[in-house]
Amino acid sequence: MVNEQDIYQALAAVSDPEVPVLSILDLGIVRQVSINENEVVITITPTYSGCPAMDVIATNIRMVLLSKGIKSIRIENQLSPAWTTDWMSFEGKKKLADYGIAPPTRKAKQSLGLFEEDMVPCPKCGSHNTEMTSAFGATACKSLYRCKSCLEPFEHFKCH
Amino acid sequence: MATDPKDNTTLQLLHFTLQMADNALINGHRLSEWCGHGPVLEQDIALSNIALDHIGQARSLYQYAASICNGINSENRQHLFASTSLNQKISKGEMIDEDDLAYLRDAWDFRNVLLVEQPNTDWAFTVARSFYFDSFNFLFLSVLQNSSDSTIAAIAEKSLKEVNYHLRWSSEWIIRLGDGTTESHQRIQDALNDRWCFTGELFQATDADVAMNAQGVGVDISMIKQQWLEQIQSVLNEATLSLPTGVWMQEGGKQTRHSEHLGYLLAEMQFMQRAYPHMQW
Ligand SMILES: [Zn+2]
Repeated sequence: MVNEQDIYQALAAVSDPEVPVLSILDLGIVRQVSINENEVVITITPTYSGCPAMDVIATNIRMVLLSKGIKSIRIENQLSPAWTTDWMSFEGKKKLADYGIAPPTRKAKQSLGLFEEDMVPCPKCGSHNTEMTSAFGATACKSLYRCKSCLEPFEHFKCH
Repeated sequence: MATDPKDNTTLQLLHFTLQMADNALINGHRLSEWCGHGPVLEQDIALSNIALDHIGQARSLYQYAASICNGINSENRQHLFASTSLNQKISKGEMIDEDDLAYLRDAWDFRNVLLVEQPNTDWAFTVARSFYFDSFNFLFLSVLQNSSDSTIAAIAEKSLKEVNYHLRWSSEWIIRLGDGTTESHQRIQDALNDRWCFTGELFQATDADVAMNAQGVGVDISMIKQQWLEQIQSVLNEATLSLPTGVWMQEGGKQTRHSEHLGYLLAEMQFMQRAYPHMQW
């Protein structure tokens, strides 16, 4: 009989297709795992409403659980409470920085004023002398920055 | 059509949900028309991101609307829409989904405000339209996240975090263009003046707005009008621009009467599903 710990271990192998260095557990999108008599229910929450990775993630969860011999799987999508980068694991933030993406720097609960910008240290040289070049990046979860010390551009996983 | 009051409430909830869903889809589609045509790469990416947020929000709302339709008894369900393609499906007793609502309805079943279907025209007109709509959407969703309907509250809470970025983007562009060169100042002021006549409808309550507000599901939109005015006025001040003074307002979109622009938009957006039903890629 499969237990919750086995399921979480399996889910740790499912990565975010857009930021493959992160697992879905690092991202904090797995909200609940419950094992009923005849099925396993995984409750996930989308990062952004239009995130195209969510369908891929749901398929990959099925695949990895099937490979563990679990055949009856239900994936529930839960919108509230809305996903926040505050749920990202410490480990996840470290992986992002090692990968070259500046992780979220503050709690999303402390929201910025309309025209305030986050001060984000460069993930390559650590300099705080950086500037935002665009609030929007290659995926909904990231914005674009430039380091004025080492002159390298980098991505920032924004506080959301 | 349904006569008993409980059915009437269900119908108003459906219309209310479609008003929001159609605003999100049509606005998202309009913004997506910039994809590959943005003035610089960063702004092309910005608009594609914003468009995707809207389309994602539309998807959640259409899923809810479809579940409301499917819960209505089969006799009344035949009379919900005036679109032949969708009605053919419903009359066969089939359940409908979010794609059916997006692709199988004709213009006269859409409930979005006229503002969002107006063409992109140029960068200034696109910014002006987004600025008016984002400012409204932000205030509207801030109230709606306390809706007594848990699905609507959850969608509003989720969407609001995204609309925060949209409002910041459009407000920053208003300031950049207004406080920029003589030409950029003139062109954004012209665009703001031209699109102004479509803002009255944002605050005009439909039967669905009134009924849903009375149930604690919706929003008293007349209450947020003053806040909306103050918010846009403060951004316009910083941008050295003037609040348009026109008093005549164009309305009809929320009552399914649209400008010709929506027909062209739908013809392009729906073509593939109408020509090749159920096709996927
Ligand atoms: Zn650096």
